[in-house]
Amino acid sequence: MRFFSTPRELRQRGVLGMNQRNVDFIMRYNPRKLYPLVDNKLETKRVALENGIAVPELYGVVEIEHQIQDIESILADHRSLVIKPAHGSGGNGILVINGRMGNYFRKANGSLLAIKAIQHHASNILSGMYSLGGVPDKAILEYRVDFDPMFEHISYQGVPDIRIIVFKGIPTAAMIRLPTRDSDGKANLHQGAVGLGVHLTTGETTWAVHRNNIVDQHPDTGYKTTGIEIPHWDSILRLATQCADKVGLGYLGVDIVIDRKLGPLMLELNARPGLNIQLATGHGLLSNLLKIEAHPDLPTELDARLDFAKGLHQSEDTSVV
Amino acid sequence: MNSFTVRSWALALSLIGLALTAYKAYELGLPLTPRQNTEVWTLQAQVSFEGTGAPAKLSLFIPENTPGFMLLDEDFISSRYGLTIAKDHDNRRADWAIRRAKGDQTLYYRISVARSNLKDDWKSKPDFPAAPDYPEPYASAIQAVIEDVREESADVESYTQELLKQLNSSEPNENVELIRDQASSPGLWANEIINVLKGVRIPARTIWGIDVTDAANDAQLRPLLQVHNGDNWLTFNPETGSKGIPTNLIVWKVGDRQITELEGGNDLAIKFSVTRTYAELIDVARQGAAARDSFFSGFSLLSLPVQNQNVYQLLLMLPLGALLVVFLRTLIGLQTFGTFMPILIAMAFRETQLFWGVIMFSMIVSIGLMIRFYLEKLMLLLIPRLASVLVIVVILMLLISLITNQLGIERLLSISLFPMVILAMTIERMSIIWEENGAREAILQGVGSLFVACLGYVVMTNENLMYLIFVFPELLLVVLGLCLWMGSYTGYRLVELVRFKDMQGKNIK
Repeated sequence: MRFFSTPRELRQRGVLGMNQRNVDFIMRYNPRKLYPLVDNKLETKRVALENGIAVPELYGVVEIEHQIQDIESILADHRSLVIKPAHGSGGNGILVINGRMGNYFRKANGSLLAIKAIQHHASNILSGMYSLGGVPDKAILEYRVDFDPMFEHISYQGVPDIRIIVFKGIPTAAMIRLPTRDSDGKANLHQGAVGLGVHLTTGETTWAVHRNNIVDQHPDTGYKTTGIEIPHWDSILRLATQCADKVGLGYLGVDIVIDRKLGPLMLELNARPGLNIQLATGHGLLSNLLKIEAHPDLPTELDARLDFAKGLHQSEDTSVV
Repeated sequence: MNSFTVRSWALALSLIGLALTAYKAYELGLPLTPRQNTEVWTLQAQVSFEGTGAPAKLSLFIPENTPGFMLLDEDFISSRYGLTIAKDHDNRRADWAIRRAKGDQTLYYRISVARSNLKDDWKSKPDFPAAPDYPEPYASAIQAVIEDVREESADVESYTQELLKQLNSSEPNENVELIRDQASSPGLWANEIINVLKGVRIPARTIWGIDVTDAANDAQLRPLLQVHNGDNWLTFNPETGSKGIPTNLIVWKVGDRQITELEGGNDLAIKFSVTRTYAELIDVARQGAAARDSFFSGFSLLSLPVQNQNVYQLLLMLPLGALLVVFLRTLIGLQTFGTFMPILIAMAFRETQLFWGVIMFSMIVSIGLMIRFYLEKLMLLLIPRLASVLVIVVILMLLISLITNQLGIERLLSISLFPMVILAMTIERMSIIWEENGAREAILQGVGSLFVACLGYVVMTNENLMYLIFVFPELLLVVLGLCLWMGSYTGYRLVELVRFKDMQGKNIK
């Protein structure tokens, strides 16, 4: 295989490039005034709760340095929780506490932290270390998702999440991001997580990519990643579509986790979803985006839209084979 | 629609920029590349007379309009004399005056000129002369010549040309010979022709200039004939009939009044000398800018004080650096720390030179990074930690300067020009990426930034580019146009061709 593709080949495959994503989709369909809704995870949570969208429970917010003391009492009430910046991006600054051992707290990777280290992390978050542009931020303490057992064999520490791209109210692509030892439990592809494509119509996993290589098993656990049926698939699609409807962004990335007891929960929204999903699904985004954009009368009713989305992908399959 | 508007703007701005550049390059004669040499001619008029002890007034016609040459510099060397300069029709006149002139008096007037495509600019419009009453036998001779010429001409130009041809014919008829006998010098000959032209009521005059082909110590003014065709003055050589001002002639005065006149003195004498020197074209353009009347030269950066020029020479390279960053990021897809950080580093490299700049940048960033990792363990608040890194960067620079000073490597002393705040921020961001995304990603972006800085250095220190953008700052419109165009570019980035190469693999399967 060659070292590169020609622009023509990429266009034939319907690959969406970064420049085109920015100019033709983000700038055109995402009004800037709606960005705070998704960039501030507290706002996202508020909108979600107002509209009956399931999200992880909020334990507390640290807004000023002084409140860092309160973390200790929150930790006393909840054995496990997640501390993350309200304005974080790319999964940076997220600290997952799994449990407690005496005076120490256990991180997702098993290492132990003193309460002081946790408070320092929160202080870093407040001073804007992880926020876009370094502006002062708030730290969110929330429920740590106890992920569905089906993911146990195909994920290493961390929480696997499902990323769905919704364009003009139609789900257009989906993948699961599996943390690996390589990614230090994070679910970001460029940090070494596995991207696992999900067939939008059936909710079945297809192939996977890890660090630009096509794989069919998890690099740490060795379990097969193809052909897994994602539980609650229809309600996941429904959840993603509802989120897009409520925040009003035309081109949106919705991150969903499946909790063992609570089912699908919306974790966060992204107004500038990355392009890696194309690698994970093996399909360019552009062809379906253009089809949706050019469609004269898109269905408005939710179920009809989901059917429309599934229809798009059915035809995509036949065109590939 | 949107991208059409952007592209129209981009195109319009670029075209305006290029058109202005072309105008300045081809119409005003500004050179497109630096270090082109050109001839500069210096002409000196030395006027001397014998003072009587009484007040003296001396006038000298000096060049006003020199087609084909631009005036670079002009000097009057006349220590104790009062000097006024007056416009006199198409001429300019220097008037010197002194209350008491005794003994030998010598005054100098000096100009430097360089070739340019300056057009003539004689504005005066003459009246039609009255036909003179020629005395016999000239009257019939002139009349005969006038009639001969009229049959073979259509307008003022062709009439003059035909007249000059007949009067200068190598086989003159007796009428022509009779007219020729009157003229004993080129000046008188030109006047004789003017006299004949009066018979057909064509306004005519002489202009006087000096040939600059070689250096000469006693150059002479020589006359040319000008006739007015109602719109313009047309120039002819009165002896050969060839049209136009010779390319080597610098026009000094118009009309046949004496070049210099004296009141209150004796033995007035004038002597012209010509010298040739070579100068860089840009210096010539720089000097010429002030002397010229063009709208654009008044707005040229070359007319600023020299120290401001130097500042702008530096500042004008920043947009080019920014253009490079835009290009590398939107068309290539390179990642760097901070958008314009590499460009500021590149500016610092200008002082330290590339090699030492890269070494020092790497040194400061790696040492700073190590200290930053230790600071992380101390669990400091963000702003105090950033400030600490800044202080450490300054201390590092100080140490490097002191050590290299001891070693005698003077070049490294200019490290003080490194942008300290930018370096501190780079260290901070690099350490965060190191922690979050791993060493590989951090080093990759660090090397990427350094690479862009090196490219920026190469672009921003390119002498031809520096010269071009400084002399033709309207090229910034082209830079702006390119930025706009790239801002609406929706094609693939070069790195995406590699990133998504596997996409086609599946297709084949």
